[in-house]
Amino acid sequence: MEHDNWQIIYFTLGVSILSTALILPGGVFLAWLLARPRWMGKSLVETLVALPLVLPPVATGLILLKLFGRRGILGSFLEKNLGIDIVFTWRAVVIALGVMSFPLLVRTSRVAFEEVNPRLEEIARTLGAGETRIFFTVALPLAARGIIAGTLLAFARALGEFGATIMVAGNIPGKTSTIALSIYQYVQLSQDSAAFKLLGVSVLMAFAAVWISEFVLRKRSASR
Amino acid sequence: MKLSLKNIHLPLRRFPLDLDAELEGQVIAIFGPNGSGKTSLLDLIAGLRKPRSAFIQLDGLVLLDTQGARSLSPQQRGIGYVPQDGALFPHLSVLGNLTYGSKRANGSSIFSVEHVADVLEISHLLNCGVGTISGGEKQRVALARALLSQPRLLLLDEPLASLDENLKTKGLDLLRRVRAEYSIPMLYVSHSPEEITAICDQMIFLEYGKLVRRGHPRDLFTARNMPVFGLK
Repeated sequence: MEHDNWQIIYFTLGVSILSTALILPGGVFLAWLLARPRWMGKSLVETLVALPLVLPPVATGLILLKLFGRRGILGSFLEKNLGIDIVFTWRAVVIALGVMSFPLLVRTSRVAFEEVNPRLEEIARTLGAGETRIFFTVALPLAARGIIAGTLLAFARALGEFGATIMVAGNIPGKTSTIALSIYQYVQLSQDSAAFKLLGVSVLMAFAAVWISEFVLRKRSASR
Repeated sequence: MKLSLKNIHLPLRRFPLDLDAELEGQVIAIFGPNGSGKTSLLDLIAGLRKPRSAFIQLDGLVLLDTQGARSLSPQQRGIGYVPQDGALFPHLSVLGNLTYGSKRANGSSIFSVEHVADVLEISHLLNCGVGTISGGEKQRVALARALLSQPRLLLLDEPLASLDENLKTKGLDLLRRVRAEYSIPMLYVSHSPEEITAICDQMIFLEYGKLVRRGHPRDLFTARNMPVFGLK
């Protein structure tokens, strides 16, 4: 495989891992909150979290572009205060991947938290444990398999993200080109063999992530 | 133990739990048909349910007073709870379960892990996973776990219900031993007159969320019009 393709593969893996790692703590905490009984604003948060799943990815990308552009609320703040440019950089790729894969992580982890017997947390309270300790010693370990599966699904989603990424980060070779964007570009330039090579890599990586995720979930239901 | 349960009103699915009672005794039984509110009452005392109104006082300590807006959290109440299924933490070993809420106690204390495990005959199980032990052993581990938190009151929800007759006899012996050695007051939910008469000195009878009778178990069970559940 050509040097350029290796660079694209490493870049895609890097930004996918980084975006998944960045959404993990917040996503798991939000999933835990959503698994709690009623609280004010819960259904609004639920809907907001699910939006990237149902909106066209380019629409999500457009929202991100408006938010993080130089004249956007977040973009101008970051540029003025920290001197950080987001749009059309690798950072924009990470943000697009994170936003698009966030719902998968939250939904899968939420189901895992909901499956934890609430009686266990109640008994932990009678044994003197505070909510933070209960989260780390009861809820998190018992939901761990579901969280791992959700993380892998989110990672797989990030690997293949296209629409939001191209809107907010463009397709700049050597700078923001991911596997999905490059496949599209190769096909447009009639470089089918290069496109197929990346397609093969893409299928392999996505297959591995989804397969491991399914394996983890199966093991979870078998252990019940 | 002196337990005041006043002005209790807790809506349940089919009827509310309405109680007004002063209970006194070392081991007090809560008896009644399925769905009469026994477990809900234990949950309420442990601080796991929020009632519409309640005043709960244990030996002078107010646990909950909805009118005075005073409510101790389950963590502050110091109440050991042994639920019906044991509710052991499935990802922890037996030892991990025992030490989860244990307060520091030196090796010779009756509240050391070694001693409690010895009393409840679970010393050989300490390194086992909870998935590998039997139902009776799970109940003993749950009781040991609650004891190790050095509670001021133990709530036992049908601890022997799932055991066969031989194990029940052994379970009763162990409970008598715990009662004698630890002197921790207990509320004991059961359907079984045999169990109740064996270890309880007082009893209340709940029906549809209301206290319909109270007294010494022997007196109540010999009364003619006393309905009996779980007798063969």
